[in-house]
Amino acid sequence: MIPELGNFALILALLVAIAQSTLPLAGAAYGEPRLMALAQPAARAQFLLVVIAFACLAAAFVGNDFSVLNVATNSNSELPLHYRFAATWGSHEGSLLLWTLMLAGWTFAVTLFSRNLPPVLLARVIAVMGWVSVGFLLFLLFTSNPFERLVPPAPEGRDLNPLLQDPGMVIHPPMLYMGYVGFSVAFAFAIAALLGGRLDATWARWSRPWTTVAWAFLTIGIALGSGWAYYTLGWGGWWFWDPVENASFMPWLTGTALIHSLAVTEKRGAFKSWTVLLAILAFSLSLLGTFLVRSGVLTSVHAFATDPARGVFILAFLALVVGGSLTLFAWRAGKVGLGGIFGVVSRESTLLANNILLIVAMASVLLGTLYPLFLDALNLGKISVGPPYFDAVFYPLLAPAVFLMGVGPMARWSKASLPDLWTRLRWALAVAVVAAVILPMILGRWSPLIAAGLFLALWVIVSSMVSLRTRLAGSHRRGLIAKLAAISPSYYGMLLAHLGVAVFIVGVTLVKGYESEQDVRLDVGQSIEVGGNAFKFLGVAPGPGPNYRTLTGTFEVRKGGRLIETLKPEKRIYNASGQAMTIAAIDIGLLGDRYVSLGEPLAPDAIDGAWGVRIYLKPFIDWIWAGAFLMALGGFVAVCDRRYRLAIRHSAAIGSAAGAGAPAD
Amino acid sequence: MKTLRWSIPLAIFAILVAFLWVGLSRDPREVPSPLVGKPAPEFALAKLHAPNETLTPGDLKGKVWLLNVWASWCVSCRVEHPLLVELAKADIVPVYGLDYKDEPDAGRAWLAQHGNPYTDSIVDRDGRVGIDYGVYGVPETFLIDKAGIVRYKQIGPLTPEALKQKILPLVRELQR
Repeated sequence: MIPELGNFALILALLVAIAQSTLPLAGAAYGEPRLMALAQPAARAQFLLVVIAFACLAAAFVGNDFSVLNVATNSNSELPLHYRFAATWGSHEGSLLLWTLMLAGWTFAVTLFSRNLPPVLLARVIAVMGWVSVGFLLFLLFTSNPFERLVPPAPEGRDLNPLLQDPGMVIHPPMLYMGYVGFSVAFAFAIAALLGGRLDATWARWSRPWTTVAWAFLTIGIALGSGWAYYTLGWGGWWFWDPVENASFMPWLTGTALIHSLAVTEKRGAFKSWTVLLAILAFSLSLLGTFLVRSGVLTSVHAFATDPARGVFILAFLALVVGGSLTLFAWRAGKVGLGGIFGVVSRESTLLANNILLIVAMASVLLGTLYPLFLDALNLGKISVGPPYFDAVFYPLLAPAVFLMGVGPMARWSKASLPDLWTRLRWALAVAVVAAVILPMILGRWSPLIAAGLFLALWVIVSSMVSLRTRLAGSHRRGLIAKLAAISPSYYGMLLAHLGVAVFIVGVTLVKGYESEQDVRLDVGQSIEVGGNAFKFLGVAPGPGPNYRTLTGTFEVRKGGRLIETLKPEKRIYNASGQAMTIAAIDIGLLGDRYVSLGEPLAPDAIDGAWGVRIYLKPFIDWIWAGAFLMALGGFVAVCDRRYRLAIRHSAAIGSAAGAGAPAD
Repeated sequence: MKTLRWSIPLAIFAILVAFLWVGLSRDPREVPSPLVGKPAPEFALAKLHAPNETLTPGDLKGKVWLLNVWASWCVSCRVEHPLLVELAKADIVPVYGLDYKDEPDAGRAWLAQHGNPYTDSIVDRDGRVGIDYGVYGVPETFLIDKAGIVRYKQIGPLTPEALKQKILPLVRELQR
């Protein structure tokens, strides 16, 4: 009964979405306020219906209803409650329902927070989001129905993929999807602006907070996924340039470019058509990512069940949404105009250069991800593009972009002078260079790459400090506290996000430069020395888990003879699927991690015999995720700026003064 | 002219969609192994013809060798088998067999019938070593160098072309 309710709610949601995507558009085109006013209630009703559908699916999972195919293939009665709930989005069907829920949620948020937008714009924005929703609901109902029944019901479920039975996996997809789907708001604003032919500073101001919040969620989502890979895959790596990772990274790079481009459009009215294109691109890449993951055109560690019919559907949808938007762009962008002019050296030019570097980086990731597919399609053979390509292309592109991060905030709008910039930044440059040259010597091994990485990080930190000092010096308030308090949250947000990038770079540089690893055979009682730490293997012991059996190894870590940590890596065999999982044991530290994972038993007797063991020392690796979270925090701080709330009130005043005629909700 | 400039993104996207469309009908699973360039994963398995003895990759340090994953239940293995027997006769490179997810009796019978090209075969009864080697289809063949590093992986049956053009030249180079 409950699954049927969920299915019915989805069908109703589709019908409401169709109304939501057509009637308000017609209203906007013919100036009919009553039709435009349908947008908000329709979006809210759709949200409610999708919530009901999602709750029904969650209930089926929590209640072990194995007469639902999706539950029978992705859950098990032994599975602990929180994982049964998380299994709701652990399958293909469930994750699409989560996507749809997020989309309906973002649309609902737009109806809540944009009540004072001009009614024509709001009607168009909500209608565009409605179109996307129609696509996903059709996809769910026709190719991936999560409520499909299994007759006769299975006595027991096949279990959730053990890789997904992890706290990180519970929150990673919702965060990632919040980001992916959040870009649909910026996308909808861009399409609405193209439809209306009006694109100005107020438009940019409305789009900015939505874009920033989506970007912050995406940042957290990617960081969680990377952290999850680090501790569950047992390889000690944190980024693999896997197609699915790339699929989330491309919208992130584009979103980063969009945030900066929107700032220019808001403050200077420049980059208009470029900003619109970026808004379209960011969401298109989110859709492309979905296509790549769900269609199975590329292989990846994320081995999802794939189905060609689904691939065809998503490709058609992608072609329609992205092709339609880009056609609209080709047709209308010329009318929108290019916006203001600016000098060769100016804040605009540094931001434009940064934008281009980010987009070229994104394109190179896209090329690397799709290259195997291109070659295969042209019958030129099967290849895989690995980390060497991405490393070779990516670092040289991002290094100048990071360098510009230090210059941009110091450059004046419209026209800056190079000598002036030089005077203000030369000390920052000197400090960064000297420290970057000396630090690697202290840390133990000097290499040009380590020095270069540290230079970039230090440069961002020091130049941010110079920028803050310049701000404080220019303030008319008295006293440091008052001066600090007078600075806007959006400036602090930028500072935090930029510092996040620096922290991230420190992590990447030092872990790449100084990590050590040992892949060894250890007998019980045997010790091995890795980077000044003695790891002693005390043997393994069997034990039960809630839905698995486990072999837990015990390792004593000593430094200079003193016991500093006991690590217990696990090897689990899940009861229902018989799949094995390696759970690494990690001693996390500010200055680095000690990481032990069990390989395979090398003797017939797994308990008392020798084991293959992987031991890693990962200096500063946690800085990678700390940096990412700082970036996201910067995004959240930036949207607290009063300016956005004032903008809404201000525009409402204009809207009513202009007498748009439609009743504002 | 001006509209043309704004159409560039659309044109790029159209090309992309065309490729994705073709890509949908292809099988992307055939990609080289991430193991290439990495040490061959450890194992210690019983020999097929001497169940009391075990073999580990460490025993073969200093030799260039092929690890061929096969099974008595595997149909494509019969396709490549004559080639392996010929290779063994030529005595260029030792071939070790990994009898994957197989009954030792069935494996021995199969070799007796089709000829035994292997210096030694080892039995991976529950397929756990196969997981370490990323085996997802039998047969597969790995080329491992003197230092125990995987240098090449052939997915699916060995072909005379692959052997002549890729594997044997690589073997000669590594044996130097």
